[in-house]
Amino acid sequence: MKVLIPGITGRLARSVAVKLLEAGHQVLGIDRRPWINAPKEIEVFQIDIRKRAAEEVFRKHRPEAVIHMATVTHLTVRNDDRFRINLFGTRAVFDHCAHYGAKRCIFVGRHTYYGAAADSSLYHGEEDPPFAMTTFPELADLVAADLYAGSALWRYPELDTSVLRLSYTLGPSVSGTLATFIGGKRTPMVLGFDPLFQFMHEDDAADAICLALEKQLRGVFNVAGPQPMPLSTLIRTAGRQPVPVPEFLLRAVFGRFGLPALPPGAVAHLKYPVVIDDSTFRAKTGFNHRYDEDQTIAAFRSVAG
Amino acid sequence: MSLLRDPDVEARVQRLEIPFNRHGLDPYGVAKKDLVRWFSILAWLYRNYFTVTVEGIRNVPPRGRAMLVGNHSGGVALDGAMVLASMMLEMDPPRLGQAMVEKFLNLIPFAAEWTSRTGQLTGLPEHAERILRDGRLLLVFPEGARGTEKLYWERHSLVDFGSGFVRLALSTHAPIVPFAFIGGGDAIPTVMNLYKIARFFGAPYIPITPWLLPVPRRVPLRILYGEPIVLEGRPSDDDAVIEAHVESVKQRIAALIAAGTERHHEQKALP
Repeated sequence: MKVLIPGITGRLARSVAVKLLEAGHQVLGIDRRPWINAPKEIEVFQIDIRKRAAEEVFRKHRPEAVIHMATVTHLTVRNDDRFRINLFGTRAVFDHCAHYGAKRCIFVGRHTYYGAAADSSLYHGEEDPPFAMTTFPELADLVAADLYAGSALWRYPELDTSVLRLSYTLGPSVSGTLATFIGGKRTPMVLGFDPLFQFMHEDDAADAICLALEKQLRGVFNVAGPQPMPLSTLIRTAGRQPVPVPEFLLRAVFGRFGLPALPPGAVAHLKYPVVIDDSTFRAKTGFNHRYDEDQTIAAFRSVAG
Repeated sequence: MSLLRDPDVEARVQRLEIPFNRHGLDPYGVAKKDLVRWFSILAWLYRNYFTVTVEGIRNVPPRGRAMLVGNHSGGVALDGAMVLASMMLEMDPPRLGQAMVEKFLNLIPFAAEWTSRTGQLTGLPEHAERILRDGRLLLVFPEGARGTEKLYWERHSLVDFGSGFVRLALSTHAPIVPFAFIGGGDAIPTVMNLYKIARFFGAPYIPITPWLLPVPRRVPLRILYGEPIVLEGRPSDDDAVIEAHVESVKQRIAALIAAGTERHHEQKALP
């Protein structure tokens, strides 16, 4: 199968690309960033997904399947720019899929869509509303992109669309939201709160995405790995030191004293869990994670120290 | 023996039929070590501070989904704590009862951490249903906060029951084990409730006793578990049908309260 991956240079996307290549698929990619030392069988177009040249890739190469991983998730990127990439980029991907005959499109989203709040349920099903809009306004564009991608199910009924909401990923790449958060020696916590954190090995995450492609999924699916663990256990197992800070001081210490810089909305995620129920995805695909929580943390530690 | 580490409680926590991983955590984030601490305190209160008499414990299924449904009284949820203690200390094998706690507790530092590590989840229908579908034991007070709000002279009464628990029992096919808790209102005799100040803290009310704080008196307590009730029907049945189920459960609990109160007084009258 010919598979196009917008956002191919991202850590997880590269891993997906290599796995698909090994499985015998033809893989193409689009990204603004270069992929130095990409396998020679993978053709990477260094362009912006929103530009005309990206449409040309769809027109010329007619991919059968598209895995959309070109959303910007780093909160450090200026908001306005990020909003445009995430929303107009997503629109472009689905429009091109529909116009140039792609059969399947997978949108790779995140479980933080559900938001963290005192009164939200512990295990979110796919039907739960996107509460992150309220609790973590900085994630609004990712929530909107997720919902917009889901709307392709009725806008382009002939296209098999699946929206995957992945838990945090962790592993030897030492990249991603969670790896950045626990990257330093000290990790902040909100005094008196110890929410459950759910994460999976990045290799399992890549496998899950490949499996979604193989099984021709349609719909919205939560994707997770091992059972969640309290933040304090995660921090200690990762060899970091938890630093409980009273909530009123928290914003003042973000980015100081060796603690990571976090946007104000992140406080809710340090107080309340975002945990997803992935039973539908497992039932539909037969997915089983290979790395448990300790092996996942160990893989992160083996590189991050 | 440390107050926070009762060896009997520790052994019982080990015997819980719950899927703990090697960190001693279950999928809800319930932690063995926190259960040991909490139930060690409860065991001391249960055995040494109050004397709790339990009748009909055999009516509680040893495993599988079930709902404990009973009356609420006594300002703070002392009744809930003692019912959970009886499940841990009197059942064989021991069971972890999981109650639905008031949402405001989740806003309070340490309280939020403690409730989630001991399996006492926020009172949401999704949580109740998940616990039952996982074959666990759910503790429900259908009177809700209105139950613990009762004043001393109302302690043996029952206020209106919500109907959610009946629809839940029907949708999950969970048996209802009715119970009566006697003595909650004697332990914490509420003479008035403060509502306006409570709202400031996000709590439904603050109970005031003759000694101001809701510190429980050292009184005997009694819990009566009745025979399980298996309801027939659908959760979408008409309100009138559901209300009839609610009323029948309420009557069973009222009868248990009457029987329990009588025996309680007889026992207290003994020299």
